[in-house]
This record gives sequence, C-alpha cells and structure tokens, in this order.
Amino acid sequence: MNPKFNATPTMKSERIKGLVEELFKKMPEIEASRAVLLTESYRATENEPIELRRAHAFAHILDHIPIVIRDNELIVGSQTLAPRGCQTYPEFSWEWLEAEFDTVAEREADPFYISEETKKKLLAVHPYWKNKTSSDLALSYMAPEAVLAIEHNVFTPGNYFYNGVGHLTVHYDKVLAGGFRGIIEEIDEKLSALTVGDPHYARKHTLLCGMRLSCEAVIRYAHRYRDLAKQMAQKEGNGKRRQELLKIAENCNRVPEFGAQSFYEACQSFWFVQQLIQLESSGHSISPGRFDQYMYPYYSADREAGRLTRDQAQEYIDCIWVKLNDLNKCRDAESAKGFAGYSLFQNLIVGGQDKDGKDVTNDLSFMCIWASQHVFLPMPSLSIRVWNLSPQELLIEAARLTRTGIGLPAYYNDEVIIPAMMNRGVSLQDAREYNIIGCVEPSVMGKMMGWHDAAFFNMCRPLEFVFSNGTDKGEQVSIRTGELKELKTFEDFWEAYQKQMEYQISLLVNADNAIDQAHAVRVPLPWLSSMVDDCMDRGLTTEQGGAVYNFTGPQGFGIANVADSLYAVKTLVYEQHKLTLEEYKRAMTLNFGQGFDDATVQEMTMQIAAGIQKTGRKLSEADIEQIIRDVRASAQVSEEEKEWLSRVREWIDEVPKYGNDIPEVDDFAREVAYLYTRPLEKYRNPRGGQFQAGLYPVSANVPLGAQTGATPDGRLAHTPIADGVGPGQGRDTKGPTATANSVARLDHGIASNGTLFNQKFHPSALAGESGLNDFVALIRTFFDEKGMHMQFNVVDRQTLLDAQKNPDQYRHLVVRVAGYSALFTTLSRSLQDDIIRRTEQAAEV
Amino acid sequence: MSYLDTKGRIFDIQRYSVHDGVGIRTIVFLKGCVLRCRWCCNPESQDFAIQQMKEASGKLKTVGEDTTVREVMQTVEQDRIFYRRSGGGLTLSGGECTVQAEFSRDLLHAAKDAGFSTAIESMACCSYDKIEMLLPYLDTYLMDIKHMNGEKHKQFCGKDNALMLENALKTAKSGLTELVIRTPVIPGFNDTVPEIRAIAGYAASLPGVRQMHILPYHRLGYDKYTGLGREYPMGDVLPPSGEKMQELKKAVEAAGILCMIGG
Repeated sequence: MNPKFNATPTMKSERIKGLVEELFKKMPEIEASRAVLLTESYRATENEPIELRRAHAFAHILDHIPIVIRDNELIVGSQTLAPRGCQTYPEFSWEWLEAEFDTVAEREADPFYISEETKKKLLAVHPYWKNKTSSDLALSYMAPEAVLAIEHNVFTPGNYFYNGVGHLTVHYDKVLAGGFRGIIEEIDEKLSALTVGDPHYARKHTLLCGMRLSCEAVIRYAHRYRDLAKQMAQKEGNGKRRQELLKIAENCNRVPEFGAQSFYEACQSFWFVQQLIQLESSGHSISPGRFDQYMYPYYSADREAGRLTRDQAQEYIDCIWVKLNDLNKCRDAESAKGFAGYSLFQNLIVGGQDKDGKDVTNDLSFMCIWASQHVFLPMPSLSIRVWNLSPQELLIEAARLTRTGIGLPAYYNDEVIIPAMMNRGVSLQDAREYNIIGCVEPSVMGKMMGWHDAAFFNMCRPLEFVFSNGTDKGEQVSIRTGELKELKTFEDFWEAYQKQMEYQISLLVNADNAIDQAHAVRVPLPWLSSMVDDCMDRGLTTEQGGAVYNFTGPQGFGIANVADSLYAVKTLVYEQHKLTLEEYKRAMTLNFGQGFDDATVQEMTMQIAAGIQKTGRKLSEADIEQIIRDVRASAQVSEEEKEWLSRVREWIDEVPKYGNDIPEVDDFAREVAYLYTRPLEKYRNPRGGQFQAGLYPVSANVPLGAQTGATPDGRLAHTPIADGVGPGQGRDTKGPTATANSVARLDHGIASNGTLFNQKFHPSALAGESGLNDFVALIRTFFDEKGMHMQFNVVDRQTLLDAQKNPDQYRHLVVRVAGYSALFTTLSRSLQDDIIRRTEQAAEV
Repeated sequence: MSYLDTKGRIFDIQRYSVHDGVGIRTIVFLKGCVLRCRWCCNPESQDFAIQQMKEASGKLKTVGEDTTVREVMQTVEQDRIFYRRSGGGLTLSGGECTVQAEFSRDLLHAAKDAGFSTAIESMACCSYDKIEMLLPYLDTYLMDIKHMNGEKHKQFCGKDNALMLENALKTAKSGLTELVIRTPVIPGFNDTVPEIRAIAGYAASLPGVRQMHILPYHRLGYDKYTGLGREYPMGDVLPPSGEKMQELKKAVEAAGILCMIGG
C-alpha cells in the first residue's frame, strides 16, 4: 500500500443521519432579512464610493442578520433560519421575484415557500432598487442586436444578468493559515505603503478600506456565533451537547479571526468563508476546490500529535458536507429550469498533482469520497483529478461511489486540462494546481476570475437562421446569408452556417461584456476580493479586473445535433440529391409529419401575423384565432406527403451519426465544434482577459431545446438538444467504448472552459471488484484518448420510472444532470424524461 | 488465401462486455448451436440459417450475417486502446463457436497476432480435434457444464453430456489454456445444492481448474422468442433469488475452488 494515504474506510457517525433528516423536513423557504438590511445600509450611504457602500452593507447584514445553530451541528454558520432557505439579492435583480411571488412555491423546478410577511417586507424595500440594479445597467449597456438575439433564444446570459457571478475559488489556504487578522495586517501594510502621489490612490485606498471593513465584520459575525453557542450551552441539559457547544464557542472565538490551530478549527474557518462568500456575492459555483490539499496540514499535524482519530476527522468533514447542502438560492423560473435541482455547484476536487508535478493524493482525498457516500446529497459537486500516475486505489474508491448511483464524482483529466490552461497563459505551476469550478470549468485557487458560466449558446439556432435567411417568427433577427436556392454547394451551406455563427457569437460577446461592465460598476465585492491575488495591489475587485487571470467562458451546446444535421444535409441534399434544401425546410416545418405542438402553432401564428401586420393591416382577435386554425389545419398533410415525410425520416435515420465510432462523422463533428470554439478566442472582456469556450449545457439543453424547431438530423421540434459533447439522444448504439472514442475525437483542449461527457450505466456494468477495475479502465482509456471530463449516471430505467410515479419514496434519489448531481424528484418532469430517454448503456446482465 | 479471409456467420458483435473474461472485451456471437437448451437467452443463435426476427418495436430484423475474419477484426480493433488499459480482448460466444471451428480458430489467431487476450464461451459439444484447433490461440476457455446427470441433460438441452465432460478433461489435461467452468443456474433443472455440488466436484477434479462461475437464470431472451414466433419454453419460471445463489456459491467453494456469481 502506498504509505502516503490510508485507504481503509472510516465510520459514519450517528449524528450525520439526523442532520440530513433535519435538512429535508420542509420545503426551502425565502427569507427577507438580507434584503431589508442591505436596503437600510444603501439608503444610509447614498453618496459614498460603491466599494465602500458594498462593504458597509455587507457589515450591516453580518451584524444584524438572524443567526441559528441547528440541533447537533458541529460546524456552525447558516444563511437562513430555515434549513435550506435562501436570502434574496435585490441589488442584482428583483422584478422577476416579485412577479413570481404567487407561483414560486408551486413551480415545477426548484419551488420555494414564501410567507405573506416576507412578501410584505420585500415589497417594502424593492421600490428602492428601481433602475439601480446590475441587470438594469447591463441592459442599458447592451447593443440592441444582442438584446434581440437574447429575446429570440439564440443564447442566454441570464445567469449573471440576474445574479452575482460567483464561479471562483478564493484563497482558503490564506484564511486558514493567518485568519482575517492576518489579511487585515496585509491591508494595513498596503495602506501605509500607499503614497498620496500614486495615480490610483483613490481606488486603491477606497478598496483597501472596504476590504478592511468587510474583514472586521466577518470576525464580528463569528463572535456572534460564539456568544450564541455560549448562551445555548448554559441552557443545554445534555452534558455531552453542552461540551460540544462550548467547543463551538471556543472555535468561533478563534476562527476565522486567527489562523486555525487544529483540524476542527480549520473546518469551522473554512465554513465561514464558504458560507459568507455566497451571502456577499449572490453567485453560485463558489467552489471549495482542492479541499484535500489545503486542509491536509491541519489534519496531519493533529494526527501526528495524536489529537485526532480518522473517524473524528471524518465526522467534521461529513458535517461540512451537510452544511454545503444547507445553502440555497432561488432563481427565476426560467433559469431554475436550466440549473434544476437546487444546485449551487460547489465543486470540490481531490487528488491530482502539486505545482511540481508530484501526485498528492492523501488520506483526506479518500475521506472526501466517503463523506459523499455518508451524506449522500448532491453537494459538494465532488470531482476527482485523474492523471497517468493517479493511484489506482483512489480511482477504485471513486468508482465505488459512482456505483451507488449518486452521480458523483466527476472525473477530470490533468493530461488535457493542464496544457489547455497553459495555452491560455496560465503558468505551468498554476495549471498543475488547477481545480474545477461549478460543473466542469478549470480554474486556479485565489488567482482566477473566470466568469465561467457566462452564457449558454444554442448552436442549433444559427442553423435555423441558415434555413430562414436570418428571420425568426417573422422578424429579421440575424444576418442574411442567402436564399436556400443560392446555396449551390455544401461549401456554400457550410459558409452560411459559419457566418451565422460568427455573427451570433459577436452578439454573445457584446451581451456578456455589457453584464461584466455592469458588475464592475454596481456590485464590486471587496471582501471576496481580499482573498484573490492581486486585487489589493491593483486596487480593483475581481469584477473590475483585479484577479491575476481573467476569462469569460460561455458554453456552446448542440454539437451532436448540428454535426448530425450538417452531415445529413451534405449527404442527402448535396451527394445523394434525395431532396432539395427547400424540401428539407418543408419537412422540418411540418415537424417530419409528427404533428404540431402548441409551441409550434404559436410560433407559426406569430410569424404569419407579423407578415400581415407588415402590410399595414391591423389584426383583430378573431383574425388571430383564424390564423391559429389555419396553422393547425396545415399540419394535416396529404397521404402522399405523409409518405414522403416518412421516407425523409428513413433517409435521415440511415445517415451515419456522431457517437458511433465512425471516424469520418466524428471528425466532421470536430470541425463543427471549431465553429464555436475558434471565433470566441479572438474576443476580449473588459477585465483585460480572453474569451474561452466551454462545451456543455448544464441542463439548459432541455428548456432551450423547447425553444428550437425541428432540425435536419431528424430531431423533432421543441425536444431536448443533445447533452454536453455526447451524441444525440438515443443515437449512440454501439456501447460506451464506441461513444467514448467518438467524443474523444473532438478537440477538448481548445474548449478550455470545460467539456462535459455524460454516460449512463446500469449498476450491473460495475458489479464486483472486476467491474470497478473495468470501469476505471474505461475512464483511463478515454483520458488516454485526450478526453477531458467524464461523469456517470448509474441507475436503471425501471428505478427512474418508478421514481416518477412515487416521488415520495425516492426523495434521496440522486442523479447527475449534466455536470452536477440533483435530487431526481426535484427535477421537472421533462428533465426526468430526458434522463430516462438517454440510451442505457448497460452491459450484459 | 490468408487466414484473415476465412468466412463465417455471426449475428452480433458486442463491445464493452465486462462479464466474459478479463477486462473490457468485445464479444463476437457466432451463429449455430448443437444444443437446444430450454433457457437459452439467444434463441436466434441456434439455427445456422439466416433468419428474420421481429423486434419489440415491431420492425423486422435480419439475424445472421456472413463475414470474414478481417471484417470482424476491424470492429474488434476499434477498442484496442481499451484492451490495453484493462487487459481485455476478444471473446467468442454464440451459438456455439466450435460449430464454425475454422472461422473461430482464425479469429482467435488474428486476435493473438494483434496482441489481444482471447477467450471463448462454449459447451465443448464437438469432437475434440475441433477444440484442439483452437487451443494454441486461446487464453481462456469459459466452458459450460450444466449438469452431471446425462439423462437430465438430454431432457433439458437435447443431448447427453458425456462428450462434453470428456472434452473438459482433455482440455484441462492439455494445459494449453486457462479453463473456467460455467454453470447456468436454472430453477427446476440444476438449482439444488447436490446438483451444483456434483458439478463443482467434477470441476475441482480437472487439473488446473481454479474457478467456477455460476450464472443465475434470467428472462432477457423472452422478447426474442416472441419475435421468432416461438413459445417461451421456460414459462413463468422466476430467476433464482440472491440468497439461493449465495447458498450455491458456498456449495461450490466447499469443493475447494473459487466461485463467482455472474461472469
């Protein structure tokens, strides 16, 4: 056995089960205290610099927000009184919430309870924020063409438009080592070294003061917990719990003000940072990163001194895992569909190399895996770094977790990610220390503001524009690339798609940069920035370009559909001449003879109505109703046409598809992916950084697919688009090795914001120790082939169908939905169906 | 003519098989069988003739395809990189691969030349010289022994077991391949401790045999019988329970050899 780690499993303590049950007793609730305190503070600081206003508001919230220690907790610090509750963030956006007050508890994806009293409190403060939010400013910055593209669902930057950015990993190590006292000392040194003649005296001085204010407030916040724990200890009848509370008080007295002196203190210190970043920023994907690395010194010191058993350490880690699931966030209804599963994407990664390229797997790497097994909840998004010298024991243990069906961990390939980051200007040493943010995005702790989830870009929409010459619902929304009859060769067709892509990508960049700029101006984050290099020296927050590395990473998705579509057009139209482009368009308009759903009828009605209105005629309600009837009638095609449509579908079915290990098709898909990844890297963001592509949709392939018509690959109107870089739904028929070979033929290295490859397994494929070994071999092989990421759903179809029927019996059923794990029963019906439909790659039973 | 041009008839190739030999394997299913076991989950494998079978979706599917070693190896080659990591390779199944002994020999030969591990899943119901043809190229022989009682064997599988038992001994004595004994556990046929113990006793007596696999009966072939217009011979027989399998596993281990449930 490798002497560097102990792979013998630890115990799960009794406490953990109780903590988890407590967490899931009630529907999550929205609370108003943060919004009220924030608004009070903002009103009192009207004319101060924004960095100071932010700091004052943060301090005001921390000094007054109600606090709670839940039953039997060992690690304390909660955003809300109710478990899994959430605060609101009106400085980013609020109108959607007010509009959804009466539906938010009933909606399908991620419902939240909201009391009448909370509504009243929020209604009282919301008017203050009229025209003052980051989203208001972002919208005013955007070019009208970009706004139009968003309205027509080509891409959606809704995440950062409505919310904070998050998506980073701060210097936890620095807080653990020296506490905020240490950081304040550093601030004071910078302040005293700052000369009045410095050209940036104003911004540097302001920001340093804001950071100082924020750090002091965090120390006071911890002391409020100290006092609460002491009070509770006095009243506590149970002697054991009383001792625990006194210990909690002691911890909160010391950390995060000072450096941690034990593993337990380090856990508490870590937690305050993790919790409060979310309270300051409204962002999600605040990722703990390499927890097994920065926590290790405290663990090993305690172990060596004989102060800590492995089981005790495990219990603290398990408690943190529970707390990570206590945090929550309410998104607008549309975004909730795209990020379904109450997920905050707090990505925590274990294993991998240090800055010098040595493997640093340790005891804690294993304990993190077991913690996910013990707690069995979606958070943290557990990840494993895999490289050529990863110990087999670690990967087998990870595979054992995968086999439980929790959808964790995700596996990442150092051998692709490190060079991909270096290609973007990250140093070798920093790249070797990478961790993952959110779903799949590589980053560096305390140095990178990656804007990793900048938008979802639907690659199918520009293809629709090729067929419509840039129109949508009767309106010209993209450039004209020619009437179909002008596209004489496949090269013409390809070029038209390329032009549509490039134009829409430029609009995507415009929208992202507008939002980026708005965050810099309206919602800078001084506290978070005190834990990121080089914000102090530059006098800029992370939003303003203070970080060492700055990127913007919007995600393209639909590669499989576009590749299959273009390949089908090439084959059927230009090589076999089985149908013309116009006929293809007609077949898609008729949804390949499969009838119109309501969305299609609505779209076509709007298109016709727009056409009529252009002629100057006004339409009455009766006219519209007549159009709707006509549209519905037009779906009734003649027998002859019906037969032709079914032939068209057969032709399409016969064209080879991406995902089946056919090099010609897969190489074609690689070229299609370049149409997204290459143009993007030419663009810059206002923080001085570069755009870099990701290739994954989280779960946006379902809602955005619902806004996309039929595509030439035979995909029906408004059905989901392919997930991640994987093949189209149900199109991979040759098993997991074939699919892996296909997916590895894409260029993952250029998609440095991450790619996502989901595979679904029946548990029988992983049965026994040999099943685990073969599974690990599959991952290692995909990584030999230069794949970047892999994750798995291990469930059987029957289980999922049953879970749909009896959600109550499956409350804890976790599935991995594109980049994260979610509770299956909390997903919307359509997303559940999406998961069930995916080809089940079960090996022989 | 190169051995790569040898012709044969297959009905499926399945990649990422992990229950039939070491590592990640590609299984080639050869058409034609000499037995007619009632529980057979691949009824479309039994006739050598190419057949039509209705799939669950209602579509007609042609079962059986004439091919060459070279063509089959193209597919087998596609997972080369996975064999390298897992120690896997090619497994021949069926049907019964010894029915097409030359084709089988040349497939195994090609796989060995390519550097892959080789295995067959077979009943050994043939003259021993056919098995002898395969042995130089065969790493693992997963050999079925379904019952020690010849009468009962004949009743359920269509043939007596004497030839197979004899071939098992000859194969074991040759020392040319790793021999693993496999027994499908079929309720009402061999799912009792004495019956399994008898097989395990024989397996343990074979020189060099270290492992026995007991495979629980399953009903996954049911739709195929319907698709071929045949009645399902097993009726409503239920798969053996997990406890039952554990009990039988203990019986095997008592004979002094390793036992695995499933492959």
